Amino acid sequence: MSTFWIVLGGAFTGAVGPGISVLYATYGELITERAGRINLGTEGCMLMGACFGFIATAESGSAAVGVLTGMAAGSLLSLIFAYLVIFRDTNQLATGFALTLFGAGITAWAGRDYVDSTIGGLNPIAIPLLSDIPQVGKAIFRQDILSYIAYALGPLLWLGLYYTKWGLSLRAVGESVTVAFAAGRNPALLQIGAIAFGGALSGLGGAQLSLAFTHTWSEGMTVGRGFIAVGLVIFGMWSPVRAMLGAFLFGGAIGLQLQLQAVGAPVSPFILDMFPYVITLAVLTVWSGSALRAMPEGLKTVLRGGT
Amino acid sequence: MVRSLFAIVMAFAVFGVLLLAIGRDPVEAYTKMFEGTLGSKVGLSEVGVRMIPFVLTALAAAIPARVGLINVGGEGQLYIGAWTATGVVLYMGVGHIWIMLPLMAAGGFLGGAAWGAIAVFLRSWRGVNEVITTLLSNYVAILLVNVFVFGPWKNPEGFGYPYTADFATEAILPALAGTRLHMGLVLPVLAVLASYLILTRTTWGYNMRAVGGNAEAARRRGIPVGRYLVVAMLVGGGIAGLAGMSEVAGIQHHLRPGISNNLGFLGFLASWLAGHNPTTIVATCFLLAVIIVGGDVLQFSGNLPSAAMFILIGLVLFFVLGFRRLDRATA
Repeated sequence: MSTFWIVLGGAFTGAVGPGISVLYATYGELITERAGRINLGTEGCMLMGACFGFIATAESGSAAVGVLTGMAAGSLLSLIFAYLVIFRDTNQLATGFALTLFGAGITAWAGRDYVDSTIGGLNPIAIPLLSDIPQVGKAIFRQDILSYIAYALGPLLWLGLYYTKWGLSLRAVGESVTVAFAAGRNPALLQIGAIAFGGALSGLGGAQLSLAFTHTWSEGMTVGRGFIAVGLVIFGMWSPVRAMLGAFLFGGAIGLQLQLQAVGAPVSPFILDMFPYVITLAVLTVWSGSALRAMPEGLKTVLRGGT
Repeated sequence: MVRSLFAIVMAFAVFGVLLLAIGRDPVEAYTKMFEGTLGSKVGLSEVGVRMIPFVLTALAAAIPARVGLINVGGEGQLYIGAWTATGVVLYMGVGHIWIMLPLMAAGGFLGGAAWGAIAVFLRSWRGVNEVITTLLSNYVAILLVNVFVFGPWKNPEGFGYPYTADFATEAILPALAGTRLHMGLVLPVLAVLASYLILTRTTWGYNMRAVGGNAEAARRRGIPVGRYLVVAMLVGGGIAGLAGMSEVAGIQHHLRPGISNNLGFLGFLASWLAGHNPTTIVATCFLLAVIIVGGDVLQFSGNLPSAAMFILIGLVLFFVLGFRRLDRATA
């Protein structure tokens, strides 16, 4: 088999692993945005999940405790955002950014004694029979437990958004707070719920990154994955199922980069590191027209420079 | 004003409680911090050194904000400006200092402007929101600098470190005797003055506010909205590029990875704190510079990791933004 096919195959099999953490954050941001709020603090929430998930796992010895702690940490941070934007009417983009900075500071401080240590964390579980399918089986059915949950979560969130009363209320608030209020919903409560849930999912994504993907903690280890998630929400046109596609594309870009590095491609490793960002940007450019039409009304003012 | 000062005091108080919680003495920490920044000539000059890139990257966010564009790409534009300014030094050879420095500044400005142009181009052409494009292009810019300093631009006599060769004296912004405060100081001073005059005293400034307020209304009044968007973003990106030039020519004297420790991101927040007002930006950047330099002092004396200062800055932002008077009823 030529190198080309080895690299391409490797990129495919490697597409799932690195994509999962971003996928969780994308789900989280998607729910937040469906409720009409855009949280750039996703990056900070991921860091919280990665750091406190790691610390809790290292101290308790249980990855389940770590994952739950990571979710709680992400959710707690996002509640600051919820309070400020909903009750103090602060600008969402600036508040989200401040949240990311705050999260980066807290995790750098709290996690400083854990840098360079490794933990078992979460390890791949092969699903019998399915994992024996060549290429595809290894790519999809030999992952950690959080990856399997992430596969299921996309369709579940989609069902939740479109076929439950809760989902309808959430989408209504995202389109128009006034109309939702007139229809007897409680917009503030729904948005707080969505933001907290989004923060928890971002924290879960961070925990997946440190517990299942790298098995280590380092300062600022998410390097923009939270911001990529914000881009993937647009790419996925606010649909959880399409967002999965985006996350795997992002994962594929990382997989491709790792493969090319492994076979010693005569390219600067930093050019390869650009892949995920450039591909996300390229994909957004190509799809933007139809994506904009799918945007919840409530987001439009923020993204056009309003509050 | 009073509200903002109260908010800042509250933020310091909450951070003090945090310090207490981990068993540090907040009074001692704050005393050290202020002595190390405002209490000595060196400390004050360090605050000035930090303010140079802060003010420039804050303006880089403020000017596009006037026309309703959100530029979160100051960090990347700074890196590209540093990269192009270094390119000028490496490819132009050595000239007279009065030729080199203006050329480097022009290079930095053009580089930053070109990087900002990507975002405004994608927005006009494909309607891609500039928040996402500027955000993601930051990471590409940082990696692009790495490609060069680890590759073709690496100093062969640099013992394997990823630095370019040191600049010749002609390509260095001279520093005030005994401090690191360098001539790059004129850049933010001129930029603030020019922005203030243009925004408040010219038709351009008036039109910019019209475009930012209601683009459709501005268009119907015959203002070329598209052109205003492009120019504002290019000028913003260019000013961030100047910050990059001033960092390499004034502080580092060569290009290396990690020249900016979140300078662009902090500038963006300083601009929001100041309500995108060029003169208020000077005040908010001063505050951020005191906190950042104070953090270095505390880290040096072994009290705190410097990243802890991001917590304090985050708190300041939360409180100042949160304490603003609500002039509209919350819908």
